[in-house]
Amino acid sequence: MTSQAILQIKNLSISFPSESGMVQAVRNVSLDIYPGEVLGLVGESGSGKSVLSLSTIGLLPNSATVTGEVILNGRNLLELNDQEMSKHRGKDISMIFQDPLSALNPVQTIGHQIAEALLIHQDISYEQAFQRAGELLDEMRIPKPFERAKSYPHEFSGGMRQRVMIALAIANAPKIILADEPSTALDVTVQAQVLQLLKRASELTGAAVVLVTHDMGVVAGLADRIAIMYSGRIVEEGPIEQVFAKPGMPYTVGLIRSIPRIDAKQKRKLVSIAGSPPLPVDLPPGCAFAPRCPARQDICETKLPELESLSGEQRVACLRKDEIQNLIATGDLYSTEETSTIDQSKSGETILSVENLSKSFPVFKGAVLRRRIGSVHAVDDISFSLSEGRCLAIVGESGCGKTTTLLEIMNLVAPEKGRIVVFGKDVSEISKSERLALRKDLQIVFQDPFASLDPRMPIGEIIIEQLQVFKVPKVEQMARMQELLEIVGLDPAHANRFPAEFSGGQRQRIAIARALALNPKILILDEPVSALDVSVRAGVLNLLADLQKKLRISYLLVSHDLSVVQHVADFVAVMYLGSVVESGPVDTVFNHPRHPYTQALLSAVPIPDPVAEKTRERIILEGELPSPMNPPSGCRFHNRCHVRQTLAPKDQEHCATTRPVLLAQAGNLVACHHPIGQ
Amino acid sequence: MASFILKRFANFIVLVVIATTAGYLLAAIALNPRENFLGRNPPVPEYSINSILDNVNMNDQDPVLERYGTWVSGVIKGDLGLTIFSESVNNEFKNRIWVSFRLLILGSIFGAVFGVLIGVISAVRQYKFFDRTFGYSSYVILSTPVFLIAILLKLFAVFINDKLGFTLFYTVGMNTPELTGSALFVNSLQHMILPSLALILGGVAFYSRWQRNSMLDVLGSDHLRTARAKGLNKRQALFKHGLRVAILPMATFFAYSFGLLIAGAAFTEQIFGWYGMGEWFIRAVNTNDINSVSAIVLFTAVLVLFAGFLADVLVAALDPRVRIR
Repeated sequence: MTSQAILQIKNLSISFPSESGMVQAVRNVSLDIYPGEVLGLVGESGSGKSVLSLSTIGLLPNSATVTGEVILNGRNLLELNDQEMSKHRGKDISMIFQDPLSALNPVQTIGHQIAEALLIHQDISYEQAFQRAGELLDEMRIPKPFERAKSYPHEFSGGMRQRVMIALAIANAPKIILADEPSTALDVTVQAQVLQLLKRASELTGAAVVLVTHDMGVVAGLADRIAIMYSGRIVEEGPIEQVFAKPGMPYTVGLIRSIPRIDAKQKRKLVSIAGSPPLPVDLPPGCAFAPRCPARQDICETKLPELESLSGEQRVACLRKDEIQNLIATGDLYSTEETSTIDQSKSGETILSVENLSKSFPVFKGAVLRRRIGSVHAVDDISFSLSEGRCLAIVGESGCGKTTTLLEIMNLVAPEKGRIVVFGKDVSEISKSERLALRKDLQIVFQDPFASLDPRMPIGEIIIEQLQVFKVPKVEQMARMQELLEIVGLDPAHANRFPAEFSGGQRQRIAIARALALNPKILILDEPVSALDVSVRAGVLNLLADLQKKLRISYLLVSHDLSVVQHVADFVAVMYLGSVVESGPVDTVFNHPRHPYTQALLSAVPIPDPVAEKTRERIILEGELPSPMNPPSGCRFHNRCHVRQTLAPKDQEHCATTRPVLLAQAGNLVACHHPIGQ
Repeated sequence: MASFILKRFANFIVLVVIATTAGYLLAAIALNPRENFLGRNPPVPEYSINSILDNVNMNDQDPVLERYGTWVSGVIKGDLGLTIFSESVNNEFKNRIWVSFRLLILGSIFGAVFGVLIGVISAVRQYKFFDRTFGYSSYVILSTPVFLIAILLKLFAVFINDKLGFTLFYTVGMNTPELTGSALFVNSLQHMILPSLALILGGVAFYSRWQRNSMLDVLGSDHLRTARAKGLNKRQALFKHGLRVAILPMATFFAYSFGLLIAGAAFTEQIFGWYGMGEWFIRAVNTNDINSVSAIVLFTAVLVLFAGFLADVLVAALDPRVRIR
């Protein structure tokens, strides 16, 4: 870079005291940030990326020990006290936090909170500040900004609140905006909107943006430069295209290859990085990635690699950095094999079918005299079926009814409306004992393995408990438990350890082992990898794929992550506001979406490839998911539909009044009056 | 907002009626005023017992519901009936309420204010010397029965008085009789200090623990971090954004405790010789005085519910999330 850096981080180290010793969160990091650039700071949880960003704005907890320098305008920010630092916060450096739901003060109006930020640093009247707040909200494309400035945070949706946070961040035209996972808590279509606004914010103010994230796709689309952190150090840094095209650190290679890509033409097995990130206490003297690295040599264990130039501006911290490209070329580093896709013509027996399922929840009002004022139609007349040995995925944004659908199936009782048929038996007609027997064949893996395993039970017992419920003979229990642990890739010798001793990925494996204990025929997977770190996700996804082939088990997968669905599923049903808008084989639906919503959803998914990501055209949906309490008339998607805007007024009216039904369209079932490609 | 208050108020009236009815019926069934006159020497003739009981509407030979009807029709007109000693409950009430109020107003206000302050400071200095000192002291106070605290306070006061050589603290009663004007005022204050202190200590210990927790929640909250990221320094962020949110859950709590305290400081009143509501309640139960017990129940119900009503309105005023209906 030719221009002068606006913020220089020099030899920064940060550590925290903890019960098991000093946690070295950031170790000797040096990083320059240049005006107007977007720097992607990427790492897994615990890599020190958030701590690093908090240190530059002076919001580290008091217990932190910090050494090094953070230089802004020739002053070392680390030497300033809270009083002096607060003059820079919000003015020179501002920050956007991850969770927009809790980041705003719940008892003050949005306008007041933005005005306050202006008044701290500028000598203007409150009225002027409030007026400016409205203008800022307008910049962030919030409809009716001056009216909305008088609203409280709880009257805004998550996406809208994140827009408010961005408005807050640019209020004083800062030089640097730190964005800590700004879109992680949001739905994919809202994420696309927010990222676009972040880009706009940086263009409006000319500020540099430091985008802290774990999502390589988000970085690929937005960042000019990338810095990858591992265990408190920057292990690779450089222009984004260069790093993605020719990564010089094995961790980067693994990270890029471990992410399923929605634009993948041929399904490949994902690269799974062995092991899990080290605890940042008493780190070994050598490279922290060495224990997991496939290119490890003995010297890696003892010699700490420095961040050195590889080519041009790309800097890499690896002792073998010059050999990495050769290792990739020869297939010795994280090579991936193509996986055979299941022959779709040979359809198995249908084992689960859902017909016209509906589920609504009553809404009550009043405290003394409670009265029903309406209902939320969480699931409204949906049908799908799952065949033996296949994986059906239900995708959709939060609130679309996918989890309700799962719970209705797991209930195994007659639904409010419609029919659920499991293994040819209608669940409304089965007896209590039959229902119990069915439970054995229908098991579930939950989203969060940190919450779904009893922390006070050894993992072996967690699995055995499942066997006891169904009266598996005692003599077989032990052997079965050990077999299961082996199947999911864990050491049976660890059966007497507690869940807390395992990492997230390992815990999800335990949860899978528990679900498999009774040889179920259908495994229901509720967002199985969304709570896991990027580098261990691939391992779990690969395990699921292997298990399906080995055990001929059927999966019903629920996910909001379309790249995961693309990688794992055979069939997909896309849900919007309680109904299925499109369904069919994954390849056809994802490569040739017919429903405008599917198209928009796919286009919103970030692809971890800076070249493809920056050149492809995006459909950014207007607005947010309407409330399921009073869904739009006609086609439920009509008020956000980008295709409808191009139609003749008569056709537009038709969309708004008549609800389309699912009809066959070139292999897919589509509920749209004007499907794409016609 | 107006309809919200109205709804709450209607709700409140219904609950008062239910509580009082239950209170009266329970007292009328459980207490037996006739006992007061039995076993006396010379024995009181049956007809005069009946005549006394009829006069005060406590004759157990009349059906309970009939007596209740009579009592209610009086209450509606503002007449709480007669005590077992055939004196007006209203008069007794007027005397007692003023005594209780005087005692509790200081105790409650200081208890709440210091409780909140100490709680907030403890939270900000979590695990530091201040927090630990007040933390342990609170546990000691909370685990000590009120009468023990009261007696310790008395001993301490006597010790101080001895050292000073004159009476700074009075340990019994509300004032020294035969004083007037400013002398009476000062004298009353000297009498008030000890019982108020007994109440304040308990209040501070209790509230500070709650406030500390509530403040700790807010201290770790994201929006406080946002406030600092905007450029507020630690102290400004704490006062402008932290305190209001942290006090919210306490508002309800204060209101209810104050309502209960007025009639619930029986031990303190008894030990320091204050003839307030709490002391009256104990005496009324001992003398099988149905009407007095019912009056106190009515009063407590009204107070508690009014406090709750106030808390609701207060919370609605402070917290916009509650306002939306």
